[in-house]
Amino acid sequence: MGFLDITNVTKSYGAVKVLHETDISVEEGEFLVLVGPSGCGKSTLLNMIAGLEDITSGEIAIKGRSMNGVRPADRNIAMVFQSYALYPNMNVGQNIVFGLEMHGVPKPERDKAMNEVAELLQIQHLLDRKPGQLSGGQRQRVAMGRALVRNPDVFLFDEPLSNLDAKLRVDMRTEIKKLHQRLKTTIVYVTHDQIEALTLSTRIAVMYGGHVQQLGTPKEVYDNPANMFVAGFMGSPSMNLFPARIAVENGRAVAVAQLADGSDVSLPFPEARGFERHDGREIVLGLRPEAITDRDGADRNSGAVHVVEAHVEITEPAGSDTFVGTQLGGKPVTGRFRADVEVHAGQSFPFAINMEKAVAFDPKTEERVS
Amino acid sequence: MSSNASATVVRTGAGSRFVIYTLLILFCLYYLLPLYVMVVNSLKPLSEIQAGGMMALPDEWTLAPWASAWSTAQIGVEATGLRPFFVNSIVMVVPAVAISTVLGALNGYVLTKWRFRGDTIIFGLLLFGCFIPFQMVLIPMARMLGIVGLAGTVPGLIFVHLVYGIGFSTLYFRNYYQQFPTELVRAAMIDGAGFFTIFRRIMLPSSGPIAVVCVIWQFTNIWNDFLFGASFSDFDSQPMTVALNNLVQSSTGVKEYNVHFAGAIMAALPTLLVYIVAGRYFVRGLMAGSVKG
Ligand SMILES: Nc1ncnc2c1ncn2[C@@H]1O[C@H](COP(=O)(O)OP(=O)(O)O)[C@@H](O)[C@H]1O
Ligand SMILES: [Mg+2]
Repeated sequence: MGFLDITNVTKSYGAVKVLHETDISVEEGEFLVLVGPSGCGKSTLLNMIAGLEDITSGEIAIKGRSMNGVRPADRNIAMVFQSYALYPNMNVGQNIVFGLEMHGVPKPERDKAMNEVAELLQIQHLLDRKPGQLSGGQRQRVAMGRALVRNPDVFLFDEPLSNLDAKLRVDMRTEIKKLHQRLKTTIVYVTHDQIEALTLSTRIAVMYGGHVQQLGTPKEVYDNPANMFVAGFMGSPSMNLFPARIAVENGRAVAVAQLADGSDVSLPFPEARGFERHDGREIVLGLRPEAITDRDGADRNSGAVHVVEAHVEITEPAGSDTFVGTQLGGKPVTGRFRADVEVHAGQSFPFAINMEKAVAFDPKTEERVS
Repeated sequence: MSSNASATVVRTGAGSRFVIYTLLILFCLYYLLPLYVMVVNSLKPLSEIQAGGMMALPDEWTLAPWASAWSTAQIGVEATGLRPFFVNSIVMVVPAVAISTVLGALNGYVLTKWRFRGDTIIFGLLLFGCFIPFQMVLIPMARMLGIVGLAGTVPGLIFVHLVYGIGFSTLYFRNYYQQFPTELVRAAMIDGAGFFTIFRRIMLPSSGPIAVVCVIWQFTNIWNDFLFGASFSDFDSQPMTVALNNLVQSSTGVKEYNVHFAGAIMAALPTLLVYIVAGRYFVRGLMAGSVKG
């Protein structure tokens, strides 16, 4: 049993099931990120943990105590909302201690807690201002202060950074991460931004269509996606997915894919992956852009780098890297080359493909083939 | 708000501006003329009015018509002046406005921020209540007031106006609160605030503009109401409007037009005052419901 247990939880609005049977167990101190495209049920799940939405079936327990039917105020949770939800008629200080006041904490203690939190978040100078007089980033801090001051068992964040501009978002992301490392609090964090998910989390639940598609550490989710949705959703630019066929050549499994000129190329899988038993099977091969690079940029520790001459269709310099586009299996495929490689659209160029990182999916079920 | 306004202003040339101002001034005069006539004639002795010249300023300025209308004029059968009826109206309008506004706010809060079975039906019925013609409820209402023992009393009138006012005040607050971010209510719930605490500490402090709209609307309607006042009051519970009518209709002796004018102005003054004090918020509040941010 974990610190926060979500057991067989579902949610329906009338006849529409927006969250299917979900099981997640969160350990104390974990940073769980629920990530997925808009409408996949992340907020619904978070609101059910908070007690703002009833659960249709299943059970949510915090510290072993069932939360079914427990009011939000009695769950010892705190929540940071996307819009920050600061009370417009109260100043920052009053906003921060409102929850303590509601829980009957005496004034001197409230003030002490307020000052501690204000110091932690460096918002002491804002305490007398109204939320309307703050910038987006400052509001964000106040919203976090309001959550922190309660010293809750679980923090819930619903897309807290999505109203900030790009630069501030990155800064606040780092700050949230530092805060978590320092306070060792248990956090459930909702976002649609896969980079946020990868950078912040200790574990990620990738959601789509009301289902948890995969639950794992950032590395697991990134390197070993459970299905094509997770593969395509996590990572930017996203994983290249193209049709191929498994064949066995000289006792070794290879993925056969078609190049732009119509010729076939054989990409040998590393040994011991066991693909031999899928001889002849049509698959979708998944390769991250960083697994397709120039010859000298390839991972020297990998025993399965395979060089393929391919037609360069487009190059997109992005400062630190250059993204180079070609075609495999009739699909556009992007490789990440070092920035100073001389490569131009229209030419034929050697691509170094690291098959150690290759993953295969069933084209019909979209599930992982292993 | 101000940036909004300047963005919608269209620049006009001097010529068209002249035309616009001329028209505006003409309209102003047209609307102000009756007020002028009333004020001027309420400050003249009756003889000057009878001699003709409604538009002329008084030769002899006098406050006697005002004093008479207030405290000695014949209302129906007794010479009480309008004063007791002015008091009746105040005693009626203040609680009726206050209670219907508070209940409207509460209804609006419940209808927008809490889900319960049949909420749309209840709102539909309240809305329907706004548009039932007054005449239709007269007889059932008279019967009801008789049954509960409030017939012919000021509390009876308060009750009638309350019932009629709640539909509108609910509509106002519901539309206003629909724009109010639900996340704030949820944040307050997590902070541990209960139903009424959220209403009092979070909703009400942000309701200023719509409360002003609601108060003005209710005050004007209830103060100016004649039909309910005439139908449900006895002589000693009559509101100002009914008493004014009785003053004008009193058929003993000559018609004291100057006293009638003074009485009419007295009856109109409170609503005028409410508009002057709160009018600027009125437009702002009406806008707040429709325009976000
Ligand atoms: N009150 C509601 N009634 C009906 N459907 C709802 C309601 N709230 C959310 N939904 C639906 O549930 C699904 C999940 O919503 P949500 O959890 O808010 O998604 P997100 O992952 O973007 O946070 C969406 O398809 C949404 O339309
Ligand atoms: Mg959401």
